[in-house]
Amino acid sequence: MSSTTLQHLANGVSLGSLYALVAIGYTMVYGILRMINFAHGDIFMMAAYFAFFGIATFRVPWPFAFIGVILATALLGMLVERSAYRPLRDAPKNSILISAIGVSFLLENLANYLFSGKPKAFPEITFFANTVVIGGVSIQVITFFIPAVTMIILAILLYIINRTKLGMAMRAVSKDYETAMVMGIDINKVIAATFAIGSGLAAMGAIMWGIKYPQVQPMMGVMPGLKCFIAAVIGGIGNIKGAVIGGFILGLGEILLVAKLSSLTGYRDAFAFILLILILIFRPTGILGEKTTEKV
Amino acid sequence: MKKQDKILTIILIAGLFVFILSADLFFDSYIKRVLNLCAIYTILALSMNLINGFTGLFSLGHAGFMAIGAYVVGIFTVPVEMRSMVFYLKPMHPLIANIELPFFAALILGGLLAALVAFLIGAPVLRLRDDYLAIATLGFSEIIRIIITNAQSITNGSLGIKNIPPTANIWWIFGTAFVTIVFIILLISSSYGRAFKAIREDEIAAEAMGINLFNHKVLSFIIGAFFAGIGGGLYGALLGTVDPKNFLFVLTYNFLLIIVLGGMGSVSGTIISAFIVTAGQEWLRFLDEPLSIGSFDIPLFRPGFRMVVFSILLMLIVLFYRNGLMGTKELNWDMLKRIGSKFSFKRPKGGEAK
Repeated sequence: MSSTTLQHLANGVSLGSLYALVAIGYTMVYGILRMINFAHGDIFMMAAYFAFFGIATFRVPWPFAFIGVILATALLGMLVERSAYRPLRDAPKNSILISAIGVSFLLENLANYLFSGKPKAFPEITFFANTVVIGGVSIQVITFFIPAVTMIILAILLYIINRTKLGMAMRAVSKDYETAMVMGIDINKVIAATFAIGSGLAAMGAIMWGIKYPQVQPMMGVMPGLKCFIAAVIGGIGNIKGAVIGGFILGLGEILLVAKLSSLTGYRDAFAFILLILILIFRPTGILGEKTTEKV
Repeated sequence: MKKQDKILTIILIAGLFVFILSADLFFDSYIKRVLNLCAIYTILALSMNLINGFTGLFSLGHAGFMAIGAYVVGIFTVPVEMRSMVFYLKPMHPLIANIELPFFAALILGGLLAALVAFLIGAPVLRLRDDYLAIATLGFSEIIRIIITNAQSITNGSLGIKNIPPTANIWWIFGTAFVTIVFIILLISSSYGRAFKAIREDEIAAEAMGINLFNHKVLSFIIGAFFAGIGGGLYGALLGTVDPKNFLFVLTYNFLLIIVLGGMGSVSGTIISAFIVTAGQEWLRFLDEPLSIGSFDIPLFRPGFRMVVFSILLMLIVLFYRNGLMGTKELNWDMLKRIGSKFSFKRPKGGEAK
């Protein structure tokens, strides 16, 4: 394997891991509420701003800043759910979708208004910016750090979902919302927890995204947000492992497309959408998704 | 329609005609521009409402269809001798470099091309359910934009096309809007329109009644895209320039706001709210300007505040006023008379002729 291929692979894996982290948030919310949380990409963007202000403006040491950012973003996610989704839970599906689009629009405009539309440079953290030389290629620490974090998170999450009471409640709610309610599960708590976890993961994704691609601006969440949703669909929406697989497919595919067919670089963003449409036509349930039949 | 209502309708149309005539003669160019924009947004929102409100397909692809229409008008109406100036980085493809079309032909061609693309997209995409459909149409709208950005020898890429002749005056735009409104009203009161509404209410029941779901969905999608292309063409000609950045999918959210405010599934609601929203966006521009009372600067007012206000408005409507102004109802003379009689004391309540 040549050294550039190694470099591309490393970049693809780390981009894929970032997609995976954000995609998990989409897939969890979809699994429980059967809605696309259009605002997820913008929650990701807000987290990047929180991190920027925490480190660059308030000069909090980065490990503490990161924890603070993750908590603040989890709160933001819960706030969005509480104010924009919960009142519409029994409304027609389109209303919730419009509400989600509205939140996304609001967060973008709010960021543009409060933080100005000018891109800000994400502060450099020496620990992550250091490079290691492997097989003749120098690769930044962050490139390894991202997949490692993603794998750890995935393990923790799978434990929570499969082994804890909260996870059991989440699975019950996603299987059958009304029966779960009858069984005495506090639906509101479960949904709030889902949003908190999903947004927290988006925050981790945003921090590492900021370190790897150091630019923060109000529309930065849009494209990653859409792509991560696509990753979740590719893997089978509602399935956490699927989201990770989808993230890797998308990240690797994108990097390799740009590296190997450089004439198609301009079509980089179209790649994800073409993949989405192919998957929706040929395997609408995604790679790991369960088949559902429509009940009359 | 009752005879009295027919006369009232004719008076209304004549009144509008006089209004446009006087607007054309007496209003300054800024107000004319806002009015034109309102009418274009009416066309675009109405065509989106046909897909989203009347047929119940949650499509977010409108910006893409609009871009097709705008670009066709841009490409074919810029005079041949000016093209080398517009396409200064990379000359136009020789196949189309010498074709110049009259505005009307380019407008229709744009609409037809948008409809063709909708047909090609619709075949795979319209089999999907609501939120998948939303994301897939949004994806296609972005793909269209990405292709436009990259096809430099045809569309001039990210530089955009400038010097589009300003053919689209108030008559063109209001005329097209009028034709669109009439067409959509006729369509939704035809058997096709009833089939669309049946699909919106319950797909399975509609299918059981013998409605071919797929054909009707594609038809609605194609017609919506056609008018989106027309609206886009007018938009391009009004601005005098087209640029891929004009057609980001966020633009679709504008039309979404309009149809949500007006009522998903109401023609008159859409028209009213297209004017309210578009004119409102212009009049609220003062929110973006710094405002001071005496020597005190009010800190809220600075660029971006207007859009924040608008997005909060969208949220409030969705949360508390879900049916919008009209719901699925239409404004008609009976309703106006009822409202009128509520405010006048001469006639007892419910006293008008049935």
